[in-house]
Amino acid sequence: MSAPITKPESSRRQFFNGTVRGAFLFLLGAATTLLFRRSQPKRTVWQIDPYKCICCTRCATECVMHPSAVKCVQVYPMCGYCKLCTGYFEPEPISLDTGAENQLCPTGAIKRRALEDPYYEYTIDEPLCIGCAKCVKGCVLFGNGSFFLQVRHDRCVNCDECAIAIACPPQAFQRVPADKPYLMKDREHQA
Amino acid sequence: MRRLVRGCLWLALLGLPLASAFGVERFPPPEFDAGYKMPVTTVPAARAQWLSYLDVAVLVAALALTSHLVLRKRSRDGVLAVSVFSLLYFGFYQQGCVCSIGSVQDITLALFNSGYVVPLTTVAFFLLPLVFTLFFGRTFCAAVCPMGAIQDLTLLKPVKVPAWLEHVLGVLPFVYLGAGILFAATGSAFIICEYDPFIALYRRTGSFGMLALGAAFLIAGIFIGRPYCRFLCPYGALLSLVSRYSKWGVTLSPTDCIHCQICDTACPYGAIADPTLKDPHPDPRKRKRRLIALAALVPLLVVLGGWLGGRLGVPFSRMHATVSLAEQVAAEDAGKVKELTDASKAFRQTGQPAEELYAEALRVRGRFVGGSVWFGAFVGLVFGVTLISVSEPRKQDIYDPHPGDCVSCGRCYVYCPKEIVRLKRIQSKNVIPLTPVRGEQKS
Repeated sequence: MSAPITKPESSRRQFFNGTVRGAFLFLLGAATTLLFRRSQPKRTVWQIDPYKCICCTRCATECVMHPSAVKCVQVYPMCGYCKLCTGYFEPEPISLDTGAENQLCPTGAIKRRALEDPYYEYTIDEPLCIGCAKCVKGCVLFGNGSFFLQVRHDRCVNCDECAIAIACPPQAFQRVPADKPYLMKDREHQA
Repeated sequence: MRRLVRGCLWLALLGLPLASAFGVERFPPPEFDAGYKMPVTTVPAARAQWLSYLDVAVLVAALALTSHLVLRKRSRDGVLAVSVFSLLYFGFYQQGCVCSIGSVQDITLALFNSGYVVPLTTVAFFLLPLVFTLFFGRTFCAAVCPMGAIQDLTLLKPVKVPAWLEHVLGVLPFVYLGAGILFAATGSAFIICEYDPFIALYRRTGSFGMLALGAAFLIAGIFIGRPYCRFLCPYGALLSLVSRYSKWGVTLSPTDCIHCQICDTACPYGAIADPTLKDPHPDPRKRKRRLIALAALVPLLVVLGGWLGGRLGVPFSRMHATVSLAEQVAAEDAGKVKELTDASKAFRQTGQPAEELYAEALRVRGRFVGGSVWFGAFVGLVFGVTLISVSEPRKQDIYDPHPGDCVSCGRCYVYCPKEIVRLKRIQSKNVIPLTPVRGEQKS
C-alpha cells in the first residue's frame, strides 16, 4: 500500500503527458506571479456610503441573504429625538403612538420609547429590519438623517461580487478595509 | 411646550423639504436633564483575516489527505469521511464562499482589469486544486469541493446516462466556462455565482429561484450522479482538462484486469472507459478519411462560432450596468421612454455629461463584441474537439477510469474483484506470520 499503483504506459504517452504537464505548470506559475502582483493581503469588505444612498429599496431585495445583510442604523448623537419622527411615522399619522397603522416600517423594527417630555428615543430592532430604507427616506428628507443604511458584517457574507453593489443605482457601494468596516455619518460632516 | 415642538415639527415638514438629499441638522439634538444614557450604535466586526488563512490551510490539508486516501490507501470510506467534513466546513461553516468554482471569475477579472484587486485567499482557492490535480487527478472533486460532496452524498439510485447524451452534455461545462469568463472579463456579472445551485442551501437563505435551482439539482442528483459536476461545473471542465495529463491518477488493476466490467456497472459517473477494440475501424482508409474530414471541420466550426458569437456581443453587453444605463439615458433624451429609472435619476443627479457615459458604454460594448467573438470561436473549438475525441477514443485494452472524467470518488475500489484480492493478500500478509506458528509454540 506504499506507492500508488500506476498504469504501465508507453514511453511516448509518458513523454507527451509530461510535456503537457510542464506546460500547464509553466502557465500556472506565470498566472501566479501576475496575480500576486495584482492581489493584496489586506482584506476588504463592502460598505454603503450613506451620503450617496438614494433609499431606492434595492438593498432589501437584491442581497443574497434574506433578509438582507443591509440594515438601518441609528446614530444617536445626531438624532433629534423628535416626537413626530418622520422616519417612524407615516406621512399623516392618525395619532402619534405605536399603532401599526401609524408606523412607516413594514416590519415594526423601530422601537419608540418615551424619555423626558417631549423627547422620544428610536432604536432599531436589527433582526426585524429588512433594509428597505423607508425610515431612512423619511429621516433624511425631513429630519436630521440619523437613520441610514449600513452593511452589517455579522450578516454579510462578503461576496466578491456584491449583488446589491451591481444593482445600486447611485453606485453607493464601495470596498473598505476590513478593520474599518463602517462608513458612519457624524454631526460634523452634516453641518 | 409640547404644542410648540409639534408645531415646529410640522413647520419643518412643510417648509424645509428636499433641502438636501442627505439630511441636515434640522432639530438640534436635545440636552437631557439627567438619567439618560445614550445608547451606542453597534458595529459588529467583519470576519477576522486569520480565519481566511485558516480556510486556505484547511483546503491544503483536505487536498493532501484526499490525495493520500485515493491514491495510496485506496479507501472509499476515507474519501466519504473527508466529503462529510468538507460539506460541513466548506459548505455549512464557510457558507460555500470563497469557492474554487467561482474564483475563476475573480481571476479572470483580475487578469483583464488591472484596477481589480483580487484577495489572496481567492488566488489560493483557484490555484491549489489545479496544482493538486496536475499531480494526483481530480481529488479536489472527490471530497474537498462542497458542491461535489453534497451531490456525492445524496446519490441514492444511480441511473446510467446514455453515452451519446453524456458526450453532448459534456460540452456544456466548457460553454459555461467560456460564458463565465466573458462576463467576468467585461466586468458585468459573475454568472457562475448567480446560478450556483447549492450556495443558498449552505447559507440557509436565498431567493426563491436559487433555492428552487438547488432543489432541482438535489432531486436530479438522487438518480443522476453529480449532475452539476458533470454537465455544468466550469471549474470541473478546467480540472478535467488538467487531469488528463496528471502524473498519478485512479487506476484499478492495470496489469491483471479480467474484463468483468463490475467497475463499469459500479461507477455512477460513467467515468470507466471501455477498452478500445484492437482494430477500431475495419476499414483504415475510411477511418483516415473521416479523421481528415473532422480535422477540416474544426476550423470551420471555430469560424462559424466566432461569427455567431460576434452577433451576440451587442445583446450580451446589455448585462453591463453602464451599457444599460446609457441606453436608458439615450432613450429618455430621445423621448422614447417617459418613466425614469432610479439609476438614470441618480446619474442625472451627479451632473456628469451624457457624452462621457456614452463613450464609456461604447468602450464596454466594443470589449463585449471582441470577447463574444472569442467566446463563440472557443465554443466552436470545443464542439470540434469533442467530435474528434468521440470518434477517436483514447486507446486502452482494459476497463479503467478515464483520467478526465473520473472524480476519484473511489467507489470502484470497493467493487473491483482484483482489488479485493489484492487487499486480502496484503491483509493476510499482516495477519498470518510468515514463519510457521506451530514450530514456535513447540520450542
